[in-house]
Amino acid sequence: MGPDLINLTIEEAHALLVAGKISSLELTQAALERIRQTDSQVRAYVTVAEEQALEQARQADERLRSGRNVTPLTGIPFGVKDCISTRGIRTTCSSRILENYIPPYDATVIERLAAAGAVLIGKQNMDEFGMGSSCENSAFFATRNPWNLERVPGGSSGGSAAAVAARQGLFALGEDTGGSIRMPAGFCNVVGLKPTYGRVSRYGLIALASSFDCIGPMARTVTDCAAVLQVIAGHDPRDSTTWNEPVPDYTAALKQPVRGLRLGIPKEYFVAGMEAGVEKALQEAMRTLEKLGLTLHEVSLPHTKYALPVYYLILFAEASANLARFDGVRFGYAAPQASDVIDLYLRTRRDGFGKEVKRRIMLGAYTLSAGYYDAYYLKAQRVRTLLRQDFEKAFAQCDALLAPVCPTTAFRLGEKTGDPLSMYLSDIYVVATNPAGVPALSLPCGFSADMPVGMQLIGRHWSEAVLLQIGHAYQQETDWHLRQPPLD
Amino acid sequence: MSQMQYEAVIGLEIHAELITRSKMFCACSADYASAPEPNTLICPVCTGLPGSMPVVNRRAVEQAIMVGLALHCQINPMNVFARKNYYYPDLPKGYQISQYDLPIAVNGWLDVSVDETPVRVRVRRAHLEEDTAKLFHQGQAALVDFNRAGIPLLEIVSEPDMHSVEAVLAYATQIRAILRYLGVNSGDMEKGVLRFEANVSVRPVGSQELRTRTEIKNLNSFRALTRAVAYEIQRQTAIYEAGGEVVQETLGWDDVRGITLSQRGKEEAHDYRYFPEPDLPPLEIDPAWIESLRAQLPELPEARGERFLREYGLKRQDARLLTSEKALADYFEAVVRCAKSKPHEVSNWITGEFLRCVNDFNASIDAISLPPQHLARLIDMVSEGTLNASSAKLVLREIFQSGQSPQAIVEQRNLAQISDEGYLTGIIAQVLDENPDAVASYLAGKETVLQWLMGQIARQTRGKANPQIARHLLLEMLKKRQGEGKED
Amino acid sequence: MTAHFQIDAATVRHMAFLVRVGIRDEEAEAFSPQLSAIIDYFNLLNEVDTSQVPPATQLPGLRNILRPDEVAPSMARADFLANVPCREGKFVRVPAVLSEE
Repeated sequence: MGPDLINLTIEEAHALLVAGKISSLELTQAALERIRQTDSQVRAYVTVAEEQALEQARQADERLRSGRNVTPLTGIPFGVKDCISTRGIRTTCSSRILENYIPPYDATVIERLAAAGAVLIGKQNMDEFGMGSSCENSAFFATRNPWNLERVPGGSSGGSAAAVAARQGLFALGEDTGGSIRMPAGFCNVVGLKPTYGRVSRYGLIALASSFDCIGPMARTVTDCAAVLQVIAGHDPRDSTTWNEPVPDYTAALKQPVRGLRLGIPKEYFVAGMEAGVEKALQEAMRTLEKLGLTLHEVSLPHTKYALPVYYLILFAEASANLARFDGVRFGYAAPQASDVIDLYLRTRRDGFGKEVKRRIMLGAYTLSAGYYDAYYLKAQRVRTLLRQDFEKAFAQCDALLAPVCPTTAFRLGEKTGDPLSMYLSDIYVVATNPAGVPALSLPCGFSADMPVGMQLIGRHWSEAVLLQIGHAYQQETDWHLRQPPLD
Repeated sequence: MSQMQYEAVIGLEIHAELITRSKMFCACSADYASAPEPNTLICPVCTGLPGSMPVVNRRAVEQAIMVGLALHCQINPMNVFARKNYYYPDLPKGYQISQYDLPIAVNGWLDVSVDETPVRVRVRRAHLEEDTAKLFHQGQAALVDFNRAGIPLLEIVSEPDMHSVEAVLAYATQIRAILRYLGVNSGDMEKGVLRFEANVSVRPVGSQELRTRTEIKNLNSFRALTRAVAYEIQRQTAIYEAGGEVVQETLGWDDVRGITLSQRGKEEAHDYRYFPEPDLPPLEIDPAWIESLRAQLPELPEARGERFLREYGLKRQDARLLTSEKALADYFEAVVRCAKSKPHEVSNWITGEFLRCVNDFNASIDAISLPPQHLARLIDMVSEGTLNASSAKLVLREIFQSGQSPQAIVEQRNLAQISDEGYLTGIIAQVLDENPDAVASYLAGKETVLQWLMGQIARQTRGKANPQIARHLLLEMLKKRQGEGKED
Repeated sequence: MTAHFQIDAATVRHMAFLVRVGIRDEEAEAFSPQLSAIIDYFNLLNEVDTSQVPPATQLPGLRNILRPDEVAPSMARADFLANVPCREGKFVRVPAVLSEE
């Protein structure tokens, strides 16, 4: 049963657990063993919580034995991006400034997964404070793409994507502020969902851009993502930005027929600059979707080229405020022998933050300062209205949009680290969604030169069920998502 | 040098902690004053731990609206929270959640009395924010207690409509009285729940210009407020008279030396880089909500004072004194209801002897333990002639100490006033017989001896003689003796 | 609004102080062209006419999210102090606070 355990989907594992054919302990031990075997190469995990995981697995097995209170996630091992607070388990945001920070509380999503009986095995590497698109900005180490260890897994939820691809756990929770779930999902051949802003509680998520941050599931199949979303979605009184919007049965919705659904193809997303192999994979995906009965037609998102500056301006501004609390006073790294409080701040943050973090918060504070606020921050907020309107108009004519995730497949480590601006530009297809708050699903749609290609389905607010439905139908018809990386 | 006259131009910013059960953005107890130890009323939110999120306290919003209504403000139908960004160890998040562009209340006013002249002080705005932690300076370091962090604060900002120290004191006193009437602030400045900041400038009398102003921070008593403002006015005037210029700066008040001191801060300290708080949806205050809160407003000090003038025919000064504290005004009216004596008699007793006793016995106005019926009975006993004024004062003090009824005390101490003319005639005759020289002295024209004779009568009756009757009888009997000629 | 292309080293130092990040001269020099390029790129937004466009409301349709004024148990002080880098008894300790705000 050994090797098979790690290749199970949540759906498959659940059936076996309920039937008593396998135990959560076995499943969890297999995942932990897989980490031991492969993580020196992949480097997805910052912290592995072995003791706690085994204890949770035993408790899950009790539950399964008793048959009471069993959910689709009971006994399923998973990892979490290291920006989500886990009580008693180090939570670092892959930053030196939080290298030894142990939260005294759990994020809401962690509480919900624990209540469902899922088994937390560890915390996953990321770009420091979510600032990056390759996982190379981690202060600790760079995660590698399991499909090619010389290449990046994408970012900032690079560790989470790589872990799922490498079968180190059956699912992961990532976080998407401007493509951070979708882009690494695309690079690593896994499924990643950025839910509607306000669908999933951010309480306990270490904030990057409060207006954009979304926690979402990453797994090997759309079905699995639906199961995870079911548990973590919903209103939270501790997060004033979650809606009371009812949570549908996402799993049931998967079976809804997709024939007749209209897919919009934003013309601004299909211009020169895309790698040939990526474009080819997308064209093929479009044909498959047509075969499934969806109708495709061109739409326009006219303000697309402004999405990047809008996104980054607002991101930098909010991040500069969100990261102000890391000052060496109440938690985290503190510069030793500070002569006064200003010295404490200056040296703590100089030594605790990496270069990209510093660049972003400096720019953020600058664009909020007197004299620049109107021209930069406020201007970006106005153009953001136009981005929103673009999506609204497009959704008047279709049920979802189809788009690439990245113009290229995973690039090499070190390829883009020299020029921050060029790194930003690789986000071009994934940044418009967050300022608009709309949900988007990234799923495998082919390969180019042996590297995975992902595609994106973008929907109206609260239309996760539709996206999952389409994604699921596509996965019945294709097998990209079943391929395994050449890792031992 | 020409003798130019300068007038002061003063605006006041008042920070009032609101009395709620829980803090502004979290459910920790707001009763930090009673906390026996530091850092016990804390949580991830008010200590600014990563991943924490604010949730607005409904009661604080309602209290803010009620203060706004009491100050004749317009309640903004849409109001928004904002981040005020700066660095200080008592500010956990590195920003304070406050209100900037759209505060809860604007454009109000308060009429105060300065030397019997009405002065209208406009209220520019009132907004909600959270209080900071408490810092205890200790030599080369500081200790921080987060119990106070996150307490709801209402900041009330006036226009620079005050032109004298008296006006400032009248305004500050009125605001404090209103806050106490509403039950939203204890007014206990020693505990730091009410804090003032004064903006002071001067200009030539008759001019409308607004010259450079200075900001005096951390004034925590009426004494500090008035002394600091007076000093600053004089300091700035002297500068202009000497031909100099006033420098815009932030000042502190040194109460020991009686001077304002510059607090040199960096210029950046004043650029707070405000932007709307992304974690909190706006507050939409509809007219129905406003009206329901308006209906809950108690009769405020000014209106109550006017009513006391009309209804009870009191002197303006007494009406003002009685209504300066709601508990006192309530008590006065309770006594008036029980008493047969006229309201102005009740007023005399309360504003006089009663308040003296309150002071002497260190009693609390907020919890007047003397039952109104007792005081009413006492006052009535004097009006009826059962008790004379000096005995009544003794009885009042006794009631304060023992809590017994006046009737009981009078009976126990045998203090009932003697009004029996027959009895008094006998006593007076005895006094006159025993003091022939005094009688002769009086009859010879020395009027002052009368007082001494009255004193003797009082002694003989142990202070119980009804003074009016005794005096009347004494004069009669002296006249008779005169008529009878000299004694042999 | 005139484009602000050049962020010189002095401005970089100012920006660094805004966010209380100590910065060495070489770093300021290195950041200067990078930050300039990024700000320059942001000026792309000037192409868009937003004179009739309001700033985006953060949470369209979400209003008055309020909590009843009730007390819930607080965090254990020990849990809080466990992460505090510099403690003194039951307090958090910070080095000398100079006169600032």
